[in-house]
Amino acid sequence: MADAPLTADLADDDTGRKPGFWRGLRRLPLIPMFVLVVLLIIPALSADWLAPHDPIRGSIPDRLKPPVFFGGTWEFALGTDRLGRDILSRIMHGAKVSLSISIAGILAGGVLGTALGLIAGYFRGLADAIIMRLVDITMALPSILLALVLAVTVGPSFQTIIVVVTFVLWALYARQVRGEVLSIRERDFVARARVAGASDLRIIVRHILPNAANTIIVLATLQVGSVILLEAGLSFLGVGIPRPTPAWGLMVADGRQLIVSAWWIAFFPGLAITLTVFALNLLGDWMRDRLDPRLKEV
Amino acid sequence: MRSPSERPALEVRDLETRIDTKLGLIKAVDGVSFSVDHGETLGIVGESGSGKSITALSILRLVPKPAAYIARGQVLLDGEDLLEKSENEMRKVRGKRISMVLQDPQTSLNPVFSIGFQVVEAIGMHADAPRKTLVRRAVEALRRVRVADPERRVDDFPHQMSGGMKQRVVGAIALGSFPSVLIADEPTTALDVTIQAQYLRLLKDIQQETGLSIIFITHDFGVVARMCDKVAVMYAGRVVEYGPVREIFNSPAHPYTKALLNSVPAVEEDVDRLYSIRGQPPAFWDMPEGCRFEPRCDVAMERCKTEYPARFAKAPTGSGSHYADCWALEEPEWIPSRS
Repeated sequence: MADAPLTADLADDDTGRKPGFWRGLRRLPLIPMFVLVVLLIIPALSADWLAPHDPIRGSIPDRLKPPVFFGGTWEFALGTDRLGRDILSRIMHGAKVSLSISIAGILAGGVLGTALGLIAGYFRGLADAIIMRLVDITMALPSILLALVLAVTVGPSFQTIIVVVTFVLWALYARQVRGEVLSIRERDFVARARVAGASDLRIIVRHILPNAANTIIVLATLQVGSVILLEAGLSFLGVGIPRPTPAWGLMVADGRQLIVSAWWIAFFPGLAITLTVFALNLLGDWMRDRLDPRLKEV
Repeated sequence: MRSPSERPALEVRDLETRIDTKLGLIKAVDGVSFSVDHGETLGIVGESGSGKSITALSILRLVPKPAAYIARGQVLLDGEDLLEKSENEMRKVRGKRISMVLQDPQTSLNPVFSIGFQVVEAIGMHADAPRKTLVRRAVEALRRVRVADPERRVDDFPHQMSGGMKQRVVGAIALGSFPSVLIADEPTTALDVTIQAQYLRLLKDIQQETGLSIIFITHDFGVVARMCDKVAVMYAGRVVEYGPVREIFNSPAHPYTKALLNSVPAVEEDVDRLYSIRGQPPAFWDMPEGCRFEPRCDVAMERCKTEYPARFAKAPTGSGSHYADCWALEEPEWIPSRS
């Protein structure tokens, strides 16, 4: 919206190429993007067709096969686990789980938290007091404990995880956004907009939200990493994704007892978690730089 | 002189704005009246904290809620009382019929949008037109405030412009919907002197082209002399002297106005010490019973301590009304009045 050059509207026809697009593309952080796409998005989208083996049904004769360069074969490139399930296939299917939980959780938590943060920061007063106390309460509750309680009462499931993730995340957004709004609302362009006849809603959506957007997007990107970690942690404890669904944390947990004899069972999902989180953090940094107009090329 | 049938563009009558503070209820604006005709410029002068900005915000009904509220008075825009309008109706007044330019251009623009987008947004708020039309109007608005090559600069971001240029863009936003009244709250304080002169010149030119009425809030008498037709001198929430700019400069009546004018160093005189008014303005929660300027006044009398001065108007010799609130004004040149 803001990036669309207005000069294009001045031209009588719209054939003018948008400048800066290719330049922007060249500045993409290729390495983290590449790692991210390979590790997360491609497997998540195509696990059903590309995965060499069934992620859930193993074959006992093939159990505990080592990875290909450690005495294994290409048939099970990253080895197999105790039940003879292909680690590679399970990592690919696990990416699907991690990605969908991250997206759903961050979207739900982000939208909820941002909305409440905007309300609290902009209107102050009673709304602010109530929302911020809720944030304090949420922050004070250990997420693992909450997940345990939910898992025991409702039973571990995909939805339970989403609820837990949303519950953990919204408070972070609310607090961050509120702080941001508190400083933005005092700035002169907000006063100017009000003087120019803008309504509260318009000021929030047009003037405050875009200025807080950087923070929100960077936070969201950085949180994909922590959500994956959270999900892995919950699954590791057995209160996340129920077995036998392949989830990275669950796979690490499964490999724990065999870490000395069959290290690959825990190692490869762990590596997937590490690399993904690392790539996402780099991407978050890059997003922040890219989104700040002051850092754009003049 | 205007004929009696011709309404002023904006008239403020007996405006009182109160603020509920921890130290008690204060009257930040206390019975302020003034009027601005079409194409006229009124200067509001006074020290920091004398109620100038709150007066401006009261006109637009944007005093910080809920602590501040307008207790009484009228704000007549072309005869319509703005204080009786609903919040929705007020939004159509702000930016469309009365615009305001704030002090600091550096921060008056939203850093994440291009300047063109912001002008388009401001114009679009008050006009229902396709985007292309709005963009063309925005370019015109930028051209009116003498932004060079506006077609190309529309995509620039605020950080790519100089302070003077930003203030022009703010001007384009304020004037984009052709308001009849512009309130300029110390618009040049943040600019350096040469840019300031250019900006004032620009405002004058635009005023001549469009018949805009300007309320100019400042504490700089140099700016007042250059810009204004009339002056209202505010002290501690009240207008203590009001009159045509020539009268105020040539024959100031209120001791406060005199003191303010004395504080401006004259170029041709060689002065060792700059004049300053002794003491400080009274605190709003500890207002003197009588004249508010009395503790700092050189000509104060016994009466000033207990009774707020009556309003004296200068006998109608000059043009326009000239009045001041001071017991030291003597008849027959000054006649008591209540208006």
